[in-house]
Amino acid sequence: MNVLLDNADVYWRAILGTVGLFVVSAIGSLILGTLIAGLRVSPVPVLRTFGSLYVTLLRNTPLTLVLFFFAFAYPRLELVEFSFFTLACIGLTLYTAAFVCEIVRSGINTVPVGQAEAARALGFTFTQTLGQIVLPQAVRAVVPPMTNIQIALLKNTTIASGFAVFQLGSVYSVLSERGYNVMIGLLWIAAIFVVLVVPLTLLQRRLDAKWGVAR
Amino acid sequence: MSSVLYDVPGPAAIRRNRTFGVVGTLIVLALVGFVVWRFYEAGQFSPRLWEWITYVRIQYLLLGALWATISAFAVAAVLSLAFGAFFAAGRLSDHRWVSVPATTVVEFFRAVPLLVLIFILYFGLSRGLGIEIDAFWAVVLGLMLYNGSVLAEVFRAGVNAVPRGQREAAYALGMRKTPVMTNVLLPQALRSMLPTILSQLVVVLKDTALGFIILYPELLYQARFLGSQNQLGSPILPVALVIAVIYIGLCLILTGISRLVERRLSQGPRSGGAKPADPELTAPQMPSGVGYGGGAA
Repeated sequence: MNVLLDNADVYWRAILGTVGLFVVSAIGSLILGTLIAGLRVSPVPVLRTFGSLYVTLLRNTPLTLVLFFFAFAYPRLELVEFSFFTLACIGLTLYTAAFVCEIVRSGINTVPVGQAEAARALGFTFTQTLGQIVLPQAVRAVVPPMTNIQIALLKNTTIASGFAVFQLGSVYSVLSERGYNVMIGLLWIAAIFVVLVVPLTLLQRRLDAKWGVAR
Repeated sequence: MSSVLYDVPGPAAIRRNRTFGVVGTLIVLALVGFVVWRFYEAGQFSPRLWEWITYVRIQYLLLGALWATISAFAVAAVLSLAFGAFFAAGRLSDHRWVSVPATTVVEFFRAVPLLVLIFILYFGLSRGLGIEIDAFWAVVLGLMLYNGSVLAEVFRAGVNAVPRGQREAAYALGMRKTPVMTNVLLPQALRSMLPTILSQLVVVLKDTALGFIILYPELLYQARFLGSQNQLGSPILPVALVIAVIYIGLCLILTGISRLVERRLSQGPRSGGAKPADPELTAPQMPSGVGYGGGAA
């Protein structure tokens, strides 16, 4: 307990870092992922190809490599200078968006064909059909896997600690500098993650019970 | 499926789609072109920065790194499957004193980030308890604990997804618990789980890259090493690109195998009662993170 209480400042800063990374990247990946899913189901073949290229490339690259690129290689391009926090958010967003896209797409697959056919019969355009008929129904079907992805994202934020963003993963180095027992310090981090993840799982169950569609 | 969302395009729609296609292509080309141009401006295409590929010693170094990645993956994959099978059996047990601890273990290791597990194994054990463990085993055991727990959930979900009638019929025939499991439930469950298991193995492969952070000399670690060599001109970008190609290649091979297996299975005489229509959407039974980079990397 001492390790936690004596270093409450470090843990608190780390939790804020983790939650900050998580919230920004979660929102970013949801938006980007849905847009790419839109590309992947669009009537234009070229755009579909771009969508699937993006997903294939990002899904098969380790997140560590993505963050590695933004931490070490991106600065060499001498573009706009970003803080490591921003770069980590960009990396996490780009990576997670590929998974979000796949889930949205498989959610679209669960919407009965008749729904889209009816929309088309009423003269809805592609954008209207997708945005007003299909996506709202798809969203309800994909709540559980989507929450899973965001939980994975929450855990993935620790990897940013390998690249100089201060969050829960980087606490151990401060603790060892201050001469505390690293083992206990790390176990506290594990416990904090359990505490962070469990509410998300509960939220997932509730949303699923509330929105789940029996088909 | 996508054709459901829109009609077969008529002349006007074809023209419009073509415009969208051209505009989209131009935007993507502009983005890619901008990146390439920036690479060029930053001198990343100068021959000097690519010389390193031609050195035999560096090629050997990279081969060694590739081996380090693949061996960590192979050992971790086997151990995770064993760990998963063991704890799935534990969770499915009717004895509460077996199933409760098994559930706790699985839920704990699924909630803790893989990197934290690896840190506990690598730094925690040595500095806290004085048990030295080398980087290879820290990575492999971390992967085993995390992915094993995820796989335990996959196995459990697979067994539970076999239609209840199968189990009831087997009991009605007078079979006991073990034969019901091994002769009736598992063969059907394995069939429906295989794609998920294989995609979880892709996660294992990608997660070996975390070894870089605890200085396990795998691909990414050597990339960092080569990229910081001054006498090679610090070619971090070229090295990162080559390493990315290697990782994507490895993962695509694994994905290819899982596609092949999936196709073979769906062509089988009976595709198994438990086969879900869309493996990505079996979420109510599927545990968190299954198959979608639920792992750390």
